[in-house]
Amino acid sequence: MTIQATDAVLLDIHESMVRIRIFEEEAGKLMENGKVPGALHLYVGQEAVAAGVMAHLEDTDHITSTHRGHGHVIAKGGEFNEMYAELFGKATGYCKGRGGSMHICNMEIGMLGSNGIVGGGIPIAMGAAFSKKFRKTKEVAASFFGDGASNEGSFHEAANMAALYKLPLILVCENNGFGEYTSQSNHQAVVDVADRAAGYGMPGVVVDGMDAIAVYEAAGEAVARARNGEGPTLLECKTYRFYDHVGVRGMGLSYRTDEEVENWKQRDPIKLIEEKLIEQGISTKRKLNAVHKRVREEAMAGIKFAEDSPLPDPDGLLEDVYYVQA
Amino acid sequence: MAEAQLKDDQAPRKLAYVNAITEGIAEVMREQEQAFLAGEDVAGAGSVFGYTGGLLAEFGADRVIDTPISEKGIMGLGVGAAATGCRPIIDLMFMDFLGECMDEVANQMAKMRYMFGGHARLPVTVLTMSGAGISLAAQHSQSLEVWLTHLPGLKVVTPATPYDAKGLIISACRDDNPVFVVLNKLSLALQGEVPEGAYEVPIGKANIMREGKNLTIIAYSRMVHEAMQAADQLKEFGIDAEVIDLRSLSPLDTDTIVASVKKTHRAVIVHEAVRFSGFGGELAAQIQELAFDYLDAPIGRVGAPFSPVPYSPSLEQSYMPNAKRIVAETRRLLGI
Repeated sequence: MTIQATDAVLLDIHESMVRIRIFEEEAGKLMENGKVPGALHLYVGQEAVAAGVMAHLEDTDHITSTHRGHGHVIAKGGEFNEMYAELFGKATGYCKGRGGSMHICNMEIGMLGSNGIVGGGIPIAMGAAFSKKFRKTKEVAASFFGDGASNEGSFHEAANMAALYKLPLILVCENNGFGEYTSQSNHQAVVDVADRAAGYGMPGVVVDGMDAIAVYEAAGEAVARARNGEGPTLLECKTYRFYDHVGVRGMGLSYRTDEEVENWKQRDPIKLIEEKLIEQGISTKRKLNAVHKRVREEAMAGIKFAEDSPLPDPDGLLEDVYYVQA
Repeated sequence: MAEAQLKDDQAPRKLAYVNAITEGIAEVMREQEQAFLAGEDVAGAGSVFGYTGGLLAEFGADRVIDTPISEKGIMGLGVGAAATGCRPIIDLMFMDFLGECMDEVANQMAKMRYMFGGHARLPVTVLTMSGAGISLAAQHSQSLEVWLTHLPGLKVVTPATPYDAKGLIISACRDDNPVFVVLNKLSLALQGEVPEGAYEVPIGKANIMREGKNLTIIAYSRMVHEAMQAADQLKEFGIDAEVIDLRSLSPLDTDTIVASVKKTHRAVIVHEAVRFSGFGGELAAQIQELAFDYLDAPIGRVGAPFSPVPYSPSLEQSYMPNAKRIVAETRRLLGI
């Protein structure tokens, strides 16, 4: 029951991945140059997962994400202006400067927020899935989390409840081989996080997370199951982050070799999909480069929008702690 | 102070606190089709305390849900469902289990609206049980309301009477913010007037249970009743105590407290929670800030000693604050 990607879908996925890549590259430069406050956790290298999954989701399908959430927001339809503005802490950001990188959200596009707590979003996505079933919709929810988060109690509890209640939830584990600075072999006894799915009573699928088409196909099955009332799926996408846990060069800790990073870069997901698109005659090198160029211009415009935007007024600090009923 | 209308020919109906809770939940579930109740043993068993009895029969298994023993999952269910169109009523069986789900409460439920620039609205209500007195010992007898009042983004109410239990539950569930309703175990059998139908007790408004002249006793939850008894006993010493039931810890009705202390010039606070670092500290600080020139005595606080709740009944009885201790502390404070 594999859902094949049409040419149009492949081009959309490619564009989504390029948008993520360039947004993150520019964001990384901003952080390294001290232009934005706080810490950014960048998604470079993992683009295929967000793009491949999100291609099946509508605005009414909700997702939760992680501290490494820019890619998910962009793939879900997040706009560069409001995103950069939020990183800069400006009043025009998605969260009015209140949340920053780790808490970017946009309810209109079904984004229930990135989350600064590892595993924090998983039970919330499960709750959103519950809501969709309760209100008798065909909507689904997806939770993105890493191999590190798969060790948090929140994952276990949410997975069990999702399977028990047959919730329309896709648990997307982005296994990038590290929980922060600790490699997977040092933080869990299993190699495939998907092995855990059977323990909860749901299917577990392992996917090559650098291959956007493979992600698209596997995600398509999981989303279809969920929409059909067949319950949750644990989708483990094997991927890799090219930048450090935080920032580009990060804290300079030597926990992985340059050689390892270079090896994974040979399977850069954007390179892979471009090769496919050219090989299958769906696009050309020139057209694909034009996408990069256009997106880079959009990113620069977004950064300018952010830089030109006002900071939030401190007088408004207490707004939105509570919803005030009229 | 009775916000509900009683029919003229109807004698006030008495109901136990435990059943008032059930009625509050039922009224909400009838009026809000997006409301559901989820928690451990709330459906089939009617709650280990008996306060959800009959709800499964009336509303069905889709809306009254037994969950696994997974507090993180249960609380996260409430957060996620509230953020996406439902109005969940989540039951946290014992407040002592907050530790199992504190991230979902503190970092998600309390903060989502703010962190997301006001774009999230979480109309979730959490019912949870506090209090000692039936030898359930240290891990099932705590009063941890300060863990919650310390979190901007949450509202915290503490009903002392059956009337307030039903009314505050209804208000909490009609409020579009996360509200914790902290119930009390020893109060479950307490009888009180409870009107039929739905009515609200406003969140953020204290209730003057007894008007007085020369002492203000501020209490909440079960200690309100101990305070009332203490007020009776204090008459003998020339004290005419005004007893305030806070009903709502966050938001706090500072105006009522301050007006009372300005009138009586003396204040004693009592709560069942441990005295050290308890909510009484916040109250005492606010009173001395806002009514310093009106005070004729230091502000007293009666609370539990600085230890876990002991098991043996003799120990537990001497652990728990009561009317006698309120009287003793008042006399010590005022030198009478």
